[in-house]
Amino acid sequence: MTMATEGISAEGTATDLPRLLPPSGRQPEDWHAHAARNGRLPYREAPGTLINDVHAAGLTGRGGAAFPVHRKLAAVLEATRKRRRPAVVIANGAESEPASDKDATLLWLAPHLVLDGLQLAAEAVGADQAILYTHADRRNDVGRRLQQALAERRAVGADRVAVELAESPPRFLSGQETALINHLAGGPAIPTFIPPRVTERGLGGAPTLVQNVETLAHLALIARRGPRWFRQVGTRDEPGSMLCTIRRADGAPRITEVPLGLPLGPLLGDGAVLIGGYHGTWVPAAAAARLTLDNKSLGKADARVGAGILITLPPDRCGLAETARVVRYLALESAGQCGPCLNGLPRIAAALTELAGARPRRQARANVERWTGLVTGRGACHHPDGTARFVRSALVTFAAELDRHERGRCSATSAAAFLPVPSGSARTEEDWT
Amino acid sequence: MSERLLVNPIECEGHGACAELLPEMITLDEWGYPIIDGRPLPPGLERDARAAVSACPTLALRLMRS
Repeated sequence: MTMATEGISAEGTATDLPRLLPPSGRQPEDWHAHAARNGRLPYREAPGTLINDVHAAGLTGRGGAAFPVHRKLAAVLEATRKRRRPAVVIANGAESEPASDKDATLLWLAPHLVLDGLQLAAEAVGADQAILYTHADRRNDVGRRLQQALAERRAVGADRVAVELAESPPRFLSGQETALINHLAGGPAIPTFIPPRVTERGLGGAPTLVQNVETLAHLALIARRGPRWFRQVGTRDEPGSMLCTIRRADGAPRITEVPLGLPLGPLLGDGAVLIGGYHGTWVPAAAAARLTLDNKSLGKADARVGAGILITLPPDRCGLAETARVVRYLALESAGQCGPCLNGLPRIAAALTELAGARPRRQARANVERWTGLVTGRGACHHPDGTARFVRSALVTFAAELDRHERGRCSATSAAAFLPVPSGSARTEEDWT
Repeated sequence: MSERLLVNPIECEGHGACAELLPEMITLDEWGYPIIDGRPLPPGLERDARAAVSACPTLALRLMRS
């Protein structure tokens, strides 16, 4: 695992970044180091105040959807009261996006901050069960680290709700909220069709709060330092900081904590930029350099902050070939439950592979455009929508390259794969469990 | 109170009965799966919509009050 971490501050702004990751950088933080840096765990003894603080802070989910955290907390609390049934709180560290490494890095370096957030969230919504869900295949060392951290907490009596560790199968959709609940309930990690919302009826029918691990770490600091402190960085509409996974020419992930609203330019290399990962958006280099890291700005390029993935494609690679390779992976990672996704994604992948080669047939591009429209909004989850967005942005950003391929040329001088794609797709039902 | 059509895409197997019974609101894509007009059901189509819902062999099609 790569442990390169740093805090980059907004120009001209006094900041205290990094907030989440230990300032020393690479040394995993044990209970004593954590307590010395962050102070004691501030239980509130009543649910309401923390939700108010989270509301005032303006914290949004850092797993990708940027949903206001206080609304989820309030919905789960209301469901526990209405149904007189304790809630379940799940810290989602599945990080199934192959290009992302920020959640694994956070869990490795500052597990206690995440576990504090899990306890405080459990208290806030009235939960009697807490689960930390992490990705199985790449990060076995994280699982061991978390067991150590939980043992340290037991020794000092930090936790009021026992925390159970659970591992997700190595599938792209494992971290999707309903897939996660399906898997924790003993089924495969494949999405289900909502309603009901999991905040109402999730794991075992209990009101369920699912929050990304980074979100919980922010929550643990808001509980200690308050909403005004949280808003000292970031923009008015999108306050706070976030962890980003940045990949440039060497392809290695660098985990950086930055304020929302930071100009993207200094984070990028020379080349087209993939913002938000494999459900994200390709943006041409010149356009990306004018954007800032917040949804208001990124929206102008049809991009979103997502889980903070920023990848610059080296100029010696072909963006079409890279996109085609990733889309073949995404097609294989479809749970295969919904007709449009099951039928559309493999066809899109095949047509993109043709476009990535020399002299594609004329209809290949029209087919991709039609199929991306056809699959959007028609799945139980957003896998087809996210894949279609990624593909459409490639057709726009690499339009000149498409023309070159039609003439039998390609500007790339290296065919080596750049974007990370896990090997081994699901073949049997067991690969989803 | 208006109603909308909703398909559960996991249950749907693309039999296509709905599109035959309610072509005003449902067409089929090139793989035989329904493309649903999700706007409120216009007056006069309630009866056909209910027929389409009952005809679905996998019970994937629903009418939702909105």
